[in-house]
Amino acid sequence: MFTCDPPVAPSDATRPLLPGPGPPARVTMTAAAAAVSGRPLTMSRKRLQQLVDALGHSTKHFNKGEVECLIKLFDKLVAESSSRFAAAGFDRNMFRDILHSAFGMTDEMIMDRVFRTFDRDNNSCISVVEWVEGLSVFLRGTMEEKIKYCFEVYDLNGDGYISREEMFQMLKNCLLKQPSEEDPDEGIKDLVDIAMKKMDYDHDGKLSFKDFEKAVRDETLLLEAFGPCLPDIKSRMAFEQKTFRESS
Amino acid sequence: MGAALARAAQWTAAGSGTGTLEITPLNESLLNQIIKFVEDFSARHPREAAFVFKEPLEWKTQLDCSAFGNGYEITEATVQSEAKAKDGQSLLLLTKSTLRVRSFDQLSHVLQIAMEKKLKEVQACLEANRDPIVQILGPEYGTVEGEDRSILHLLEKVKKGGDPETEVKMKIFLLLHQLDLQLLNSSLKQISQDVRLNPAAVNNEVNLLKNFSEEGEDTVLESLEYTSDYVFSNGCRAPPWRQVHGEICYLVINPHDTDPLCITCSTAGVFLNGGQIDGKDHIDYERKSDVYKDIVTFLRERSPKFVENMAKQVSVLSYLFKMCLFILVYSCLKWVMLFFIFSKTSARFNNVSESSSETEEDEEQPVRHHEGGTDLPSEYWGIQKLAKYLKGGNPTATVIALCSMKDFNLAQETCQMAIRDIGCLEVLINLLDTEEIKCQIGSLKILKEISQNTLIRHAIADLGGLEIMVKILDSLDRELKCLAAETIANVARFKRAQRTVRQHGGIKRLVGLLGCDAVGSTSLTPYQAKDTEMARCGALALWSCSKSTKNKEAIRKAGGIPLLARWLKCSHANILTPVVGTLQECASTPSYRLAIKTEGMIEYLVKNLSSEHEELQMHCASAIFKCAEDKETRDLVRQHGGLQPLSVLLANSENKQLLAAVTGAIWKCAISEENVAKFREYKVIETLVGLLTDQPEEVLVNIVGALGECCQESVNRSTIRRCGGIPPLVKLLTGTNQALLVNVTKTVGACATEPETMIIIDRLDGVRLLWSLLKNPNPDIQASAAWAICPCIDNAKDAGEMVRSFVGGLELVVNLLKSKNKEVLASVCGAITNIAKDEENLAVITDHGVVPLLSKLANTNNDKLRRHLAEAISNCCMWGRNRVAFGESNAVAPLVRYLRSNDPSVHRATAQALYQLSEDPNNCITMHENGVVKLLLPMVGSTDETLQEAAAGCIANIRRLALATEKAKYG
Repeated sequence: MFTCDPPVAPSDATRPLLPGPGPPARVTMTAAAAAVSGRPLTMSRKRLQQLVDALGHSTKHFNKGEVECLIKLFDKLVAESSSRFAAAGFDRNMFRDILHSAFGMTDEMIMDRVFRTFDRDNNSCISVVEWVEGLSVFLRGTMEEKIKYCFEVYDLNGDGYISREEMFQMLKNCLLKQPSEEDPDEGIKDLVDIAMKKMDYDHDGKLSFKDFEKAVRDETLLLEAFGPCLPDIKSRMAFEQKTFRESS
Repeated sequence: MGAALARAAQWTAAGSGTGTLEITPLNESLLNQIIKFVEDFSARHPREAAFVFKEPLEWKTQLDCSAFGNGYEITEATVQSEAKAKDGQSLLLLTKSTLRVRSFDQLSHVLQIAMEKKLKEVQACLEANRDPIVQILGPEYGTVEGEDRSILHLLEKVKKGGDPETEVKMKIFLLLHQLDLQLLNSSLKQISQDVRLNPAAVNNEVNLLKNFSEEGEDTVLESLEYTSDYVFSNGCRAPPWRQVHGEICYLVINPHDTDPLCITCSTAGVFLNGGQIDGKDHIDYERKSDVYKDIVTFLRERSPKFVENMAKQVSVLSYLFKMCLFILVYSCLKWVMLFFIFSKTSARFNNVSESSSETEEDEEQPVRHHEGGTDLPSEYWGIQKLAKYLKGGNPTATVIALCSMKDFNLAQETCQMAIRDIGCLEVLINLLDTEEIKCQIGSLKILKEISQNTLIRHAIADLGGLEIMVKILDSLDRELKCLAAETIANVARFKRAQRTVRQHGGIKRLVGLLGCDAVGSTSLTPYQAKDTEMARCGALALWSCSKSTKNKEAIRKAGGIPLLARWLKCSHANILTPVVGTLQECASTPSYRLAIKTEGMIEYLVKNLSSEHEELQMHCASAIFKCAEDKETRDLVRQHGGLQPLSVLLANSENKQLLAAVTGAIWKCAISEENVAKFREYKVIETLVGLLTDQPEEVLVNIVGALGECCQESVNRSTIRRCGGIPPLVKLLTGTNQALLVNVTKTVGACATEPETMIIIDRLDGVRLLWSLLKNPNPDIQASAAWAICPCIDNAKDAGEMVRSFVGGLELVVNLLKSKNKEVLASVCGAITNIAKDEENLAVITDHGVVPLLSKLANTNNDKLRRHLAEAISNCCMWGRNRVAFGESNAVAPLVRYLRSNDPSVHRATAQALYQLSEDPNNCITMHENGVVKLLLPMVGSTDETLQEAAAGCIANIRRLALATEKAKYG
């Protein structure tokens, strides 16, 4: 399933491949980071156990066995793809490949945003902790978690609002090109207007988190209003089945 | 008159110049009407006839001076009337062949003189005076296209001053106007007879017929196809050189029962042509049959199967015909209808125009597509804009558009029709066929709402939406499944849809939605809550589908009954309602009734009678109504304490549906005596009597049925009388509802067994009403009425006199012996038994030939009939030589055979009859020959004294005869 070449962009080479201990974003970060800081590819039994314990506490939606499976999968994928780089996690491209092959995502921009959202510490590399915690929401998140996650994905510049421009960016490939139309952007602009009319409850011309939350609570379909950023039920179940059954 | 002349009459030259009136039937009839009007005018309106025209009507006449007689001064070539206007001018002046006339008096006079030339004169007059009203009343009254204000002017004038002349003018104007309308109307009738087909009408009809044509038994046709796909710009498919003959197109029709028919549709109508030559390309255009006015009429003549299957689809049929009629009438009369729209004043008078064509239009309005861009509601544009994203967007855009579309008021018909007319419905259904769950959900959310509309339901089914939705029931997503089931529930309200769901395996899948394990628990986890929701949606869909008998069977086969039974035990009204709804719908089949009894569902049905939801209560009561035909079920209802809530529910008499179900349940439960006792305890009879007035018939049927069951006990009969139930019951005898009449006669009959009640019935003339019901064509009512008459005669004072007072009543009863229905025969025999107790009446019915009719019935195996027949024969023996007559008409031998029956009551009645018959020696011989003695002997030892006595008496008679013969022989 995860057999794809690791296309590595040159920019990645210039980045630090190993994440430093970094600022601990959450409690488990330190413990996990400690575990990772050794040699990730040949993680000792003990370290693995430590990591599983730590993550088992922090993620609500996976049991320990499942956490272990996810870690193993992480290791496997890292080992497969980063033969040339001693990576401590997924870089942007690797992650994108995973999203594409496992969950059928295609939209480059959205995948990029998903990477950013997984990458909590903004170091352009998804660590094992970020991987497990991210998947927790991604696969089994509650409605609240998912709303938060989606909003973060759609808020391209991270300013706490989804603006008209951001919407336009995300929706610009939505329509089939119709040669007859004079301005191909016109249709997109109309669509943005429609979305704005539907979701902008406080009429300030942009979507706040509150707007977005209210709209989604009102109509669940709007959770992924600006592009698919969560797995659909089939690929989710296929992924879970494969990962949790095979690795355990 | 002006309008009719200007528009309806056929002038040779167009415009208002000096055209002449063509001699056509239409014109002729118009002229004749005008002649009649003018001729009668002076007689009917003498005052107005004297009115002097503003300008004389002037025309070239063919009349001769000499024709004028009294009252005219004739000098050479001029004729002047003696009557003159105020200004001294003659009202009629004929100079050289020019005639000037200035009053209606004179006009009608001229017509009288003209004799057979009347028509020519009026024609000449009208040709010369294209708008006679102007001449008569003045230019301001001229017929003007568009607004006609002259009447308003007149009204004002009349109001202002009491000028008698204006009043007369007004009157004349109104009269002329009336004539005008009359003319228009008759010309409309003429024109409408001349119906001609056009391409649009043919095309519509073909499309409609195509909808009902496919392989299969139920369709009206196997197929129907145009011979050519090419359509000319005028809508015709016939080649141009045939179009000149008025031909529109050619069709090949494959009916179920005849060879393919090749027909020509032309403007003159539809006819069979010579068929296709050399494959498909050439057609023998020759006409081979009569011309019919449309394809349906043609097919009705040609294919019996077509007629039969059309009749099967009654609703479809009426729609089709309405449509055809509408299209034909509409297209042909369009221009004629303009008259009515233009001549606004017509509304002021008692307009004679038939409004049928207009009402047709109203009815069909929702079917018609909105065409063109004029005055469409704003929703159209909004929805059209969104439709663009549905059609040409990726799933993300589609979802946004769907969510936005949901914000329209989808319950509103404008929006529903907009979605359909814009072609969104197809897109929505196509979306269901994708893999995109979000699009599917969004689409179903909209479909669920708009499928409240019948037209949309049919459209969804036509577009194959049901098949896809059934497939969606297999999806992994629960929300999606729920929505699909709910939408199916909405769409499957009609037969064809119900069949589609079944044929595509929908029933099995829907039953599958019911299968989960959240049942019974009171507090639900979210997961279980979803299960419950899914079961609710499944049950809703099953409820809709269960209206069809085959689906009921399919639900049972899919294992639906135990699942429904399990959900019946839960306590959520929102799922209980569809579950019980389905159950009560299915309870019309015996297998379900059995299952409801054996699976212990009665307990829960009873429990939910006390629910807070009226709808649920209603379905529970209705289920009990259907199931309680069975004795064990009735007992179960009682054992689970169901009778008390039922009687409590009677108090809610506002909700008629609920009341109908509850009274129905009470009716069926009251068949058991134990239940009646309970009902008495709850004072149900009093309540029911109180409900006898002002209820819909379906409720009354049940109430009266229940009272009828309760009446089997004397206590209850007197309760009914005490509560004043008899007058309303007798009043109901005058109704027309068949089911109601059966129950009412039964109840009244039961009540009549009390002499005190009988007095009331007699006073209210109830027996006469019962007797009249014998004339009802429904055998159930006949029988029920005849049974009711029995106790009436039995208990009435002066019964004989009363019966005789019904003119023709006895003959009616006797003639009912010719009925084919066993129950009617038995009941009439019962009535005759009672009637024959009065000697005078017996004489009358004997005269009407009761003896041979009874004798004819003797060969029967029906014990009930045997018993009552024997009783009737026994009572009829009392008159004249009836005993002998029975013997002569061979009634005796069959009677002897009755003694072999297993029914003791038959034995008793037969023994009595035989005893009576044995008074005649010849009968004795017949009886003896048929071995009666051997059969009677054991009966002498019966514990039933009447039987004992009759048997003994009969044997004694036979014996006595034997002795007498011996004596005569030997000594």
